[in-house]
Amino acid sequence: MTTVKQSEPSEIELLLPWYAAGTLDVRESQQVERALANDPELAARYEWVRAELEQETHVSEAAGEPSARDVTTLFAKIDALPAQKSRSSIDLGARIAEFLAALSPRTLAWSAMAVALAIVLQAGILAGIVLKERNAGGYETASAPSNVSGEGSYVLLRFQPQASAADVANFLETNKLSIVGGPSTGGLYRVRIAPTKLAKADLTRIVNTLQDNKVVGFIAVTE
Amino acid sequence: MPTTSDEVLIARIAKGDRLAMEELYGRYRVPVYRFVLRMVRNPTTAEDLNSDVFLDVWRQAGTFEGRSAVSTWIFSIARFKALNVLQRRPMEELDDEKADAIEDQADDPEIALAKKDKAAVLRACLLKLSAEHREIVNLVYYQHKSVEDVAGIVGIPEATVKTRMFYARKKLSELLTEQGIERGWP
Repeated sequence: MTTVKQSEPSEIELLLPWYAAGTLDVRESQQVERALANDPELAARYEWVRAELEQETHVSEAAGEPSARDVTTLFAKIDALPAQKSRSSIDLGARIAEFLAALSPRTLAWSAMAVALAIVLQAGILAGIVLKERNAGGYETASAPSNVSGEGSYVLLRFQPQASAADVANFLETNKLSIVGGPSTGGLYRVRIAPTKLAKADLTRIVNTLQDNKVVGFIAVTE
Repeated sequence: MPTTSDEVLIARIAKGDRLAMEELYGRYRVPVYRFVLRMVRNPTTAEDLNSDVFLDVWRQAGTFEGRSAVSTWIFSIARFKALNVLQRRPMEELDDEKADAIEDQADDPEIALAKKDKAAVLRACLLKLSAEHREIVNLVYYQHKSVEDVAGIVGIPEATVKTRMFYARKKLSELLTEQGIERGWP
């Protein structure tokens, strides 16, 4: 590393620490790269910047980590706070935002298609019901027999991290599954595998079959 | 599956979701601890500050407006708390820190041994920087914060961020010179 003299730092020299840390945008990085290639003195000074970064990292890492008690301390402090917040861990808006944020653009495109298809199907079904009622000339009460919301058979399912959006969409469609909740901590989704309550033997058989699929990382029956 | 974004976690924390708090804490507890430790230079104080920082995150999540990244917001809370501790320190501790940050007339044993090893001297000199310089050096080199991020955390214009980092490096150069390592500009 050579000794060099200069009166004022150039804009490029000011950027060297961020270039070393990899936090410049593409345009600025290219400017610095060109300058380093054409200016041996600047390149020599950059070696010192890299050394500083390396040793600051060394110093910081040598500081270790907070002790295990810190988590306990934090949540004890949180528990000691007045109950100013809802303690419910389920907020529909946040969950929906999280679910959408977790999807890749490709998955979102699949989801949009699925939603569009569902709307078309729903419209068709409603039209069918209306026509049927007209043809029958009768009426049904609001409590007419139907699949009561909440009935059905469900599993908790985590997808393999490497599964593509297309794989997941295909898996759901092929097996006639629908995601009804999640992801929770650990990336678990609540998935409906049948609209009715299946017998335990049937449920186990389906779960075993699904478990063999390459997109499934974890699957377990849930209520 | 992609991990949940910081912004989504903050939205859930604002609703009192402890699991989201645990996840966010897991992401930032070590970087924030190391940042405040570089500033206050006391592990016990740094640990206390760390839990205070995240307690504020829990309390103030509902006020987070998303005008900066979540990490920028968290580090600015951490910085504010660390500065408060530094300001409250007894005068004798501050005097010690100033003395450390200025110059050693005689080599301490650590420096004397380290003179054969430029990396060790450089580390010793990094530890001797003032709090203002330690802060920016850690944010840029270790926390990998951009010029814009540092400006947001420290609350100064981007141009000032660049010059402050330059002067931190210049001070480092002077400390190295005192230890017999002449590296020139800065």
